[in-house]
Amino acid sequence: MSEVTYLEAIREALFEEMDRDENVFCLGEDIGAYGGAFKVTEGLMAKYGEERVIDTPISEAAIIGAAAGAAHMGMRPVCEMQFIDFISTGYDMLTNYVATARYRSMLPCPMVVRGPSGGYVRGGPFHSQNPEAAFLHTPGLKIVYPATASDAKGLLKSAIRDEDCVLYFEHKYLYRRIKEQMPDGDHLTPIGKARIAREGKDVSIITYAATVWKALEAAEQLEKEDGLSVEVIDLRTILPMDDEAIIATVKKTNRVLIVHEDTRTGGVAGEITARINENAFEWLDAPVLRVTAADVPLPYSPPLEDYVLPQTSDIVLGLRKLAAY
Amino acid sequence: MARSSTAASRLANARPDSLRSAGDGSLSREQKLELYYYMRLTRSLEERLVNLYRQTKVVGGLFRSLGQEADAEGSAYALDRSKGDVLSPLIRNLGSMLVQGAKPNEIIKQYMAKGDSPTRGRELNIHYGDLVRGFIGQISHLGDMVPVMAGVTLSFKMRKQDRVGLVYVGDGATSTGAFHEGINFAAVQRCPLVVVVENNGYAYSTPLKKQTAAKQLVDKAIGYGIAGEQADGNDVIATYEATKRAVDRARAGGGVTLVELITYRRKGHAEHDNQSYVPPGEIDRWASENDPIDRYAKRLLSEGEGGGGGFDQSQLAATDKRVLEEIDRATDEAEASPMPDPTDALVGIYADPPAIAPLWFRQGIKSAVDVHERPSSWGTHDV
Repeated sequence: MSEVTYLEAIREALFEEMDRDENVFCLGEDIGAYGGAFKVTEGLMAKYGEERVIDTPISEAAIIGAAAGAAHMGMRPVCEMQFIDFISTGYDMLTNYVATARYRSMLPCPMVVRGPSGGYVRGGPFHSQNPEAAFLHTPGLKIVYPATASDAKGLLKSAIRDEDCVLYFEHKYLYRRIKEQMPDGDHLTPIGKARIAREGKDVSIITYAATVWKALEAAEQLEKEDGLSVEVIDLRTILPMDDEAIIATVKKTNRVLIVHEDTRTGGVAGEITARINENAFEWLDAPVLRVTAADVPLPYSPPLEDYVLPQTSDIVLGLRKLAAY
Repeated sequence: MARSSTAASRLANARPDSLRSAGDGSLSREQKLELYYYMRLTRSLEERLVNLYRQTKVVGGLFRSLGQEADAEGSAYALDRSKGDVLSPLIRNLGSMLVQGAKPNEIIKQYMAKGDSPTRGRELNIHYGDLVRGFIGQISHLGDMVPVMAGVTLSFKMRKQDRVGLVYVGDGATSTGAFHEGINFAAVQRCPLVVVVENNGYAYSTPLKKQTAAKQLVDKAIGYGIAGEQADGNDVIATYEATKRAVDRARAGGGVTLVELITYRRKGHAEHDNQSYVPPGEIDRWASENDPIDRYAKRLLSEGEGGGGGFDQSQLAATDKRVLEEIDRATDEAEASPMPDPTDALVGIYADPPAIAPLWFRQGIKSAVDVHERPSSWGTHDV
């Protein structure tokens, strides 16, 4: 078996799930005849037809709302946001309708909303966003954000089979930059379980998505230059959060750096910090530190974007500060 | 089917003849009486809720459909429950839910926030649904049910099922983005969907002329490339006939129809609203000249004149009596129902895990998880 990219892994998951279950269908803008803005859904319409691969009007609220209605009836819709930045125009449908359906009306809403996310690609303020924190605050939703090709496949397949709505963020910087041999058979990555991306004993990094790779680079550098052993936790699922994995790494290294590409204030790192504070305060030897984007809309020009987004060198600084504390 | 060209001068309480029913909708005697029953049940049930509200037994606000019973009942009656048609009501469409099989005791329990109400005390008033019986619970965000029902009916189309969906919006909701996105999406997909625009003149305090510059709401159908129907919403037969045409069109593969039903909201947005914004005399005029139940009763009685096999006053009175007895029983049952177990609040956000952990300063979940399974009468998938 040859290696497949992160993007191809997502496409494999879609093909496999549409093969497996006739209730699975895709809807979104330009996903059918054109194959999607990034060609994630290329070939799907040719195989499954325009009934199951629906090119929609530019209507994110209708895409998400219609998916919810179809999901109530037992379908398994997979919505594409052409860029995940546009999910904000479906925010009402997701947070008020979809997320509450089971709780208030005992109506299951098994659906996936996926889309290209994240920066480092010179996309500017509206083609680079990481909207996970906006939805972390909504009970009833699940959020996954894979960092590897095999998790991209396994998490999407799990998301499609989940009984609730899963927001599946895929990092467009990783689309064609990473490759991996896919595990054999029906590969499912469990939702709600973090992964130890690198074992270590001196300092922990808790992160997810593209910054997992920057964390691994920084860990490598610290080992070479400082002789430090750095553990890297890839959360994979942001909601529900894997408290067990977070607490385990705190107890192991007693020093934690949280890294995410999203902006700082009200970000996921704050929630992780609070959980560590509540559950493992006495295990800490240093304050929990954050390396995140600055609190600005993400600018376009390379010197600006590079300055705003967290870089490997920022993570190295954070690790050294923690190790010396 | 042609739509009426008459723009109803509705606030002058006009009853444009072209919007009224010419025939009887090919309804049987039993069906005609059943329509009367549902209208009477809706009104009497709401009157009972007013009493309970004044006794402070209703926990939240109370929303009335006084004077709008014909449009909710007549339109819902055009669906075919035996085929599995589904509707999504709005706050003034209690009657449509009763037509689909909602029970008075459920409604009263909902208003009283009881633990064995359909939403177990989680949601208010008529915000609940049951897919087995064919209605989906609304949320407060107006227009949002249009995309949802577009999806419900999309599933009918994808599965080649012979089913139709109907969604209610008010005149105010036609201004929302969700309404536009949903109806356009459904139009493009030719979903078997009927969109009923219940034009009752006011959205809370805002009159129609501040909601839209359109001369009449049915005109919006043109922009979406779909069929339009318009009917006198206080004429239950006209409402039924217009909606039936739309339902038949949808079932035959003809796509979406926008049905504008012209009616009047005689009570405020909710029971607390003193309607100070309504011109003097307007409400009284509609009440005295254009009450949908009075009009329908008169019609049923006049059909009986001359021994034509119609109805007499005793039959209507018997229906009224039956309705009151039902509501008495429902009230007794609702009053005897328990309030929810507080810990049930933590159950059923997700399928898995079925319950979330309580906060550290609260007691545990007790047995709530054990009973989190929904009643078997409630639909989930593949219905």
